[in-house]
Amino acid sequence: MENKEAYWQENLRLIFICLAIWFAVSFGLGLLLVEPLNAIRLGGYKLGFWFAQQGSIYSFLGLIFWYGAKMNKLDQKYHSEG
Amino acid sequence: MDELKLYTYIAVFGTFALYFGIAWWARAGSTSDFYVAGGGITPLQNGMAIGADWMSAASFISMAGLIAFLGYGGSVFLMGWTGGYVLLAMLLAPYMRKHGKFTVPEFISDRYYSKTARIVAVVCLIIASVTYVIGQMKGVGVAFSRFLEVDYDLGLVIGMVVVWVYAVLGGMKGITYTQIAQYVVMIFAYTIPAVFISLQLTGNPIPQLGLGSTLADGSGVYLLDKLDMVVTDLGFKEYTTSNMGGTLNMFAYTMSLMIGTAGLPHVIMRFFTVPSVQAARQSAGYALVFIALLYTVAPAVGAMARFNLMNTIEPAAGENLVYDERPQWFKDWEKTGLLQFEDKNGDGKVQYTADAATNEMVKVDRDIMVLANPAIANLPNWVIALVAAGGLAAALSTAAGLLLAISSSVSHDLMKGVFVPDMSEKNELLAGRVTMTIAILFAGYLGMNPPGFAAGTVALAFGLAASSIFPALMMGIFSKKMSGKAAVAGMIAGIGVTMLYVFQHKGIMFIPGTSFLGDMGPNWFFGISPNAFGSVGALVNFAVAFAMLKVTGPAPAHIQDIVDNMRIPSGAGAAHDH
Repeated sequence: MENKEAYWQENLRLIFICLAIWFAVSFGLGLLLVEPLNAIRLGGYKLGFWFAQQGSIYSFLGLIFWYGAKMNKLDQKYHSEG
Repeated sequence: MDELKLYTYIAVFGTFALYFGIAWWARAGSTSDFYVAGGGITPLQNGMAIGADWMSAASFISMAGLIAFLGYGGSVFLMGWTGGYVLLAMLLAPYMRKHGKFTVPEFISDRYYSKTARIVAVVCLIIASVTYVIGQMKGVGVAFSRFLEVDYDLGLVIGMVVVWVYAVLGGMKGITYTQIAQYVVMIFAYTIPAVFISLQLTGNPIPQLGLGSTLADGSGVYLLDKLDMVVTDLGFKEYTTSNMGGTLNMFAYTMSLMIGTAGLPHVIMRFFTVPSVQAARQSAGYALVFIALLYTVAPAVGAMARFNLMNTIEPAAGENLVYDERPQWFKDWEKTGLLQFEDKNGDGKVQYTADAATNEMVKVDRDIMVLANPAIANLPNWVIALVAAGGLAAALSTAAGLLLAISSSVSHDLMKGVFVPDMSEKNELLAGRVTMTIAILFAGYLGMNPPGFAAGTVALAFGLAASSIFPALMMGIFSKKMSGKAAVAGMIAGIGVTMLYVFQHKGIMFIPGTSFLGDMGPNWFFGISPNAFGSVGALVNFAVAFAMLKVTGPAPAHIQDIVDNMRIPSGAGAAHDH
């Protein structure tokens, strides 16, 4: 591999973005901000409750696949086989 | 024999014959087959197997029951046991797969260049895994006691025998293929009743949507609003807002489960069975898809089970169920001793309230809710039978996976890796099987008197893994300089404080009455419960390790090269031994 350090820095940046979202949807919207969010309704769901019991899980799924796809591109960009 | 029993026997024996058949067909021939299935499993298969492994008795039997009674507070399990996969996919799995070893302690021993590190890791893993198996044994006991209509303790003993036969026979190769079959059985067993009940209550067949819909009785009231009303009328906390021990406790609890997920050996080991680094990332995603199928349905199962339970006992305000006219499921669960009624005011009716003085449902074990749910909702007998088969599959698959992790830790890491390096493959397998037997006996004994409901006990195991293994692995990959001695100090400090706090609350190794510091009042550390304490332990682990790093100096150059190599995905061979 040509430029290990650059590859690793890009990976770290991606991880940082993903984990920021990971934290925001679960600990943020599902826990810390649950009370104000509960004033908003999503059908029968209070929104904070929905994030804690549904929304966070859907977001986690999106995050993992997005990260996987981005990393595959990154692997190719840095001429990685395997 | 009545129809329900007949269907239950058909469902249980049919699925068991299937699992045993698969286990026999794919039985392990070599140690490589036994531990990592020879490395030839696709990401999709692997994801499904992780799903089955993951969805244990705690997820299948226990979790929705806890949610049913905790309401919003139960969210910690939902977020905690899914969010950990994000950490796994980004922080651990790809790099550990690249490094390519069989077990977590092997990885730790390479990265921290010491046998001490390996031994400490093995001990941490064994403590966490055994705690986890105790939780599974509770689920196994509940499932078998109901299925065979015997007392909980007898159900547990029968379950231990079945788990033993099953785990000792198979090894990882057998387990992986069997778990794929178990996943399919479980997911149907979980979602079919949920679809029926959702349709019954709200007219919407998709449980995730049904939970947010209006009731089908024409009142136009939302299900969750009605549930809030029903429970608060009886003095219980409001379902959709009831907190569990305060925001800080819920925060710590969720974090502990998430990082514990990423530190549990039986899950991490799975990522060694895929062919490449890219496949490891993908596996985490597929695993979460299969897990999310169950986890997004669970809140609906919990809320609807609670709703139906309340409605059965008190169909309209003041019109309570007459005890002599109680439904069959009520009688069935009374036989297991997990549901108990006491007519305190002698009126022959069932009162279920939040006030301990007047409440007559003196015992409603949370772990019975999922299994009782289809019967409470009057679903057809074949659905009830299917749930029984699913519950047994869940308990069995995870117990087997964990026992495998424990046995490989002892036989592969401790005996072959440290004490008897020239042991033959045959003896290694034998040592593994002996270890499994001892672990089953020990966990079964403690399962007679478990430290909590299945999901709560399992949460303790996650705390122990979170405070010891996760920080060591993460620092090993993301901090090139982290030294062996510092990491060992971190692991010992992390799991040490967590165990002190947990055992002070629950007794040493959960044996009741062995709290050593006398009564200090529960949750004395900022109101954090012992189940949530793993996140504090992890912080201690990180802090001690980085402090010690200043003393020990950085890791040697050749170790830093190993880390560099781990971070690049290319050239990952099959998982190998040395």
